[in-house]
Amino acid sequence: MSMKVQTRQVDGITILDLSGRITLGEGSVTIRDAVRDVLAKGSNKILLNLGDINYIDSSGIGELVSAFTTVKNSGGELKLLNLTKKVHDLLQITKLYTVFDVKDDEASAISSFTK
Amino acid sequence: MADSTTSRVSFTLDSSLDSVNKVEQTAEQCAARAGFDEDTIPHIGMAVREAAVNAVLHGNAYDSNKHITASFETTIDALTIRITDQGPGLDPDSIPDPLAPENILRGSGRGIFLIRAFMDEVHFRQLHPGTELTLIKHRTPAQPGT
Repeated sequence: MSMKVQTRQVDGITILDLSGRITLGEGSVTIRDAVRDVLAKGSNKILLNLGDINYIDSSGIGELVSAFTTVKNSGGELKLLNLTKKVHDLLQITKLYTVFDVKDDEASAISSFTK
Repeated sequence: MADSTTSRVSFTLDSSLDSVNKVEQTAEQCAARAGFDEDTIPHIGMAVREAAVNAVLHGNAYDSNKHITASFETTIDALTIRITDQGPGLDPDSIPDPLAPENILRGSGRGIFLIRAFMDEVHFRQLHPGTELTLIKHRTPAQPGT
């Protein structure tokens, strides 16, 4: 199953609802293009909703890290929402869990962005 | 001496992402048949996927003239997966530690780390040309399955 992205705006924050697999190839390219599109449209506060991501490999992890640094370097913020246990465990193993700002509630995630 | 091998399957595959998916799926099927639990099966699948990605991407560089091989052997003691490529070779000692502070924000370089995290034994062998990666997951004595 490939990855799908749906984009919505809430209180000036761009939420990307991701579903499927983030793996080498299509999934990684999809997330890269989605984040690039958001930045190109002038928004740099991004919440990645990973609640429906059922699989992620090392390329996918790398793509999340690249998205994080790209957005941060543009002066923005990228946060993660609704990690599944698999993704949570992978971020723990790779010591990235504390690098990302991880949220489990959309409303509090939205309010946590710098206004 | 009795042969303790209970099952063995092997493939020769193109250097493509379709091959990576096939190797991953086969690993999960073998792991399930070997009786590994529902948490361990996807870990084995991911480790094998990462090994196959290394073979296809870093080893053979998607070269259509080069192939990868994958073999899956289940014995009473372990599930052993061997992945080979025809690339320039891989020195595992040259791979930067992805957990080091200077590497933590790199966009790549976590594949071998994840393989080692999820498997009990990982061995590299240079084939001149190519690399053979052997991944072993030990079965517990009470583990059911063939």
